Amino acid sequence: MSESQTPAPDRPAGELIEEAPVTATAAANVPSAQATGGRSFLPKSTLLRHLLVLVLCAVGAVILLEITDPFTNSQLASLTYYAIAAGGLTVLTGLNGQISLGHGALMAVGAYTTALFLQTERGEEPLPLPLILLISVVTATVVGALVGVAAARLHGPYLAGATLALAVGLPGLAVYFQGTFGGDQGLRVRAPQPPDAFTSFIDFVSGNAATGTKWLAYVGTICLLITYFLLANLMRSRIGRTWRAVRDQEVAAELAGINLGAWRVLAFVVSAAAAGLAGGVLALVVRLAAPSGFSLVLSLSLLTAIVLGGLGSLLGALLGSALLVFLPPFVTDLGGSFGLDNTKAAQIAPFVYGVVLIVAMIFAPAGFVGTVRLRWMTYRAKRAAAGRATNGG
Amino acid sequence: MQQFVNVTLSGLTQGMIYAAFALALVLIWRSTRIVNFAQGSMAAATAFIALALINAGQSYWVALIVALASGFILGAVVERVIVRPVEGGPELNAVIVTLGLFVAIQALIAIIFGSSFQSFPTPFGVRGFTIGDTTILLTPTSVYIIVSVLITMALLVALFRFTRVGLAMRASAFGQEVARLLGVRVGRMLTLGWALAAVVGSLSGLLIAGGGFIYPAYMDSLIVFGFVAAVLGGLDSPVGAIVGGLILGLALSYVSGYVERGSALVNVSALVILMVVLLVRPGGLFASSTARRA
Repeated sequence: MSESQTPAPDRPAGELIEEAPVTATAAANVPSAQATGGRSFLPKSTLLRHLLVLVLCAVGAVILLEITDPFTNSQLASLTYYAIAAGGLTVLTGLNGQISLGHGALMAVGAYTTALFLQTERGEEPLPLPLILLISVVTATVVGALVGVAAARLHGPYLAGATLALAVGLPGLAVYFQGTFGGDQGLRVRAPQPPDAFTSFIDFVSGNAATGTKWLAYVGTICLLITYFLLANLMRSRIGRTWRAVRDQEVAAELAGINLGAWRVLAFVVSAAAAGLAGGVLALVVRLAAPSGFSLVLSLSLLTAIVLGGLGSLLGALLGSALLVFLPPFVTDLGGSFGLDNTKAAQIAPFVYGVVLIVAMIFAPAGFVGTVRLRWMTYRAKRAAAGRATNGG
Repeated sequence: MQQFVNVTLSGLTQGMIYAAFALALVLIWRSTRIVNFAQGSMAAATAFIALALINAGQSYWVALIVALASGFILGAVVERVIVRPVEGGPELNAVIVTLGLFVAIQALIAIIFGSSFQSFPTPFGVRGFTIGDTTILLTPTSVYIIVSVLITMALLVALFRFTRVGLAMRASAFGQEVARLLGVRVGRMLTLGWALAAVVGSLSGLLIAGGGFIYPAYMDSLIVFGFVAAVLGGLDSPVGAIVGGLILGLALSYVSGYVERGSALVNVSALVILMVVLLVRPGGLFASSTARRA
């Protein structure tokens, strides 16, 4: 603890004033709609408000999944696992200020767990799907707790480097224990069949064919909604406020009786749980758990998603994940029309991720959602000030 | 016994490369308090430039010099254009920027040169010397690697110890404001520091490529090894980085040489070593300062 209090290295004063350290996590600091006051049609209680939003989102998701074609359905299924992992990461990085490049590896833990539990002898029924996903979450949580204990003492570049080593190192275990994890080929995942209730539900709602793809998209969506509901409540609770205190004012937080290390580990654990669930959904949707699927680029794309959307914002994480799903086909086509072959055109997407990370950090560290929110609040503050000036006097 | 000698020798050779890469990271960390995660991609870019020249019929040495020069320019441009705006800001922003650079450069290499494995030549043989009847795993190439890293380190020591520029660079790393008051152009020194670090990183990229294959992501594990080596030495000390690199090279060589199918475990071992060091001696094995910023 005392180590981290040493002052920042001396910087030229002139440069600092021009670029007052813009915090990267502005989105996380904006109070909820309730706290800012003003008219609101939403209920006063945070839980009720989030429940209302949850129901609205669920209805919206069903409509979206039923009016789109099967290909878009499978894209939306990919969106769900990116969004679940990005949601966990944005809590860790945005709220608690810890960076992790190891979330790809934690997703691998969840994916391999799901794949292993779905592998059964012929004729034998695997465990129920929710239970398997829950086991994946627990496994990733345990691994995350181990990493978190080490990570709690680190920050900034040290943490980035340590989690980078995790992302590069962990897939090697899958190759080493090839008897269990299938080596470089990975494990094929036998996706479970949709239950009858689902078929009749789809028949009732839209009359579309209740295919396996659609079932997986719904599984992903349900997981996503549950995860975001829990995370949103957590962020607005005492726990979320404590994380913010740990991030912003270590000394003040410790004086207020907060055990910094324990809270950092907790943030890592929560985040790892989300990554584990995301990995489980990924294994179902992709139907494969292989080391090549959990490369460093996966971890860095998740980082891109949360930076672009705005660190600490669940909506931002969702929007950023949408970019991860819908941008690659778009730019790959674009590259193809410029005469690049497929493998080269496929690399345009990571290139864009990198450029987005750099540009966002230099020009809009608050990300998309954060920047819009800051503009909106500045506008409202100005209007309120103008209103006071005319009324008072 | 013979296996032990061979494993040790190859560990030392690899360790020299890790040491050079760690040194590049330390040079940048000392001057700007940033870990340059893009170092590996930048080095890979120069290696692909060198390979393009070699394939065009140039000699290895011309390609080497052009690659190091392009590393110098790349390092300077990256510092001046991309890193300068986030220097001195929140440390998370700088980390994210270098990671973005890491992905962007790697993808750009793949777009320009393709993602396939391409063999990279080495100017010396890869057959081991023979002593009596036994062939040991000390090849002319590994001698070349060790000698060139040692020469580079000697040049760096000479630069920092005996020249005015080196003194100015040390001053701006030690205390920016004081250096500025004394008339040192701190901004230029930082740019020069990044450029020199990129040259050293580029050299390690070319050395590890020699006699093997290169592809856009071939430096990924070297970033981890370089980082682990640098942390072993405390991130702040050039000597520590070199010793850390050699220790790591030996340790990883023993893992891959003595554990069955150990080559799959090399990256995990680096992770374990890093974790142990960070938990037991977070200041590195040779922590010189009393407090560290982590």
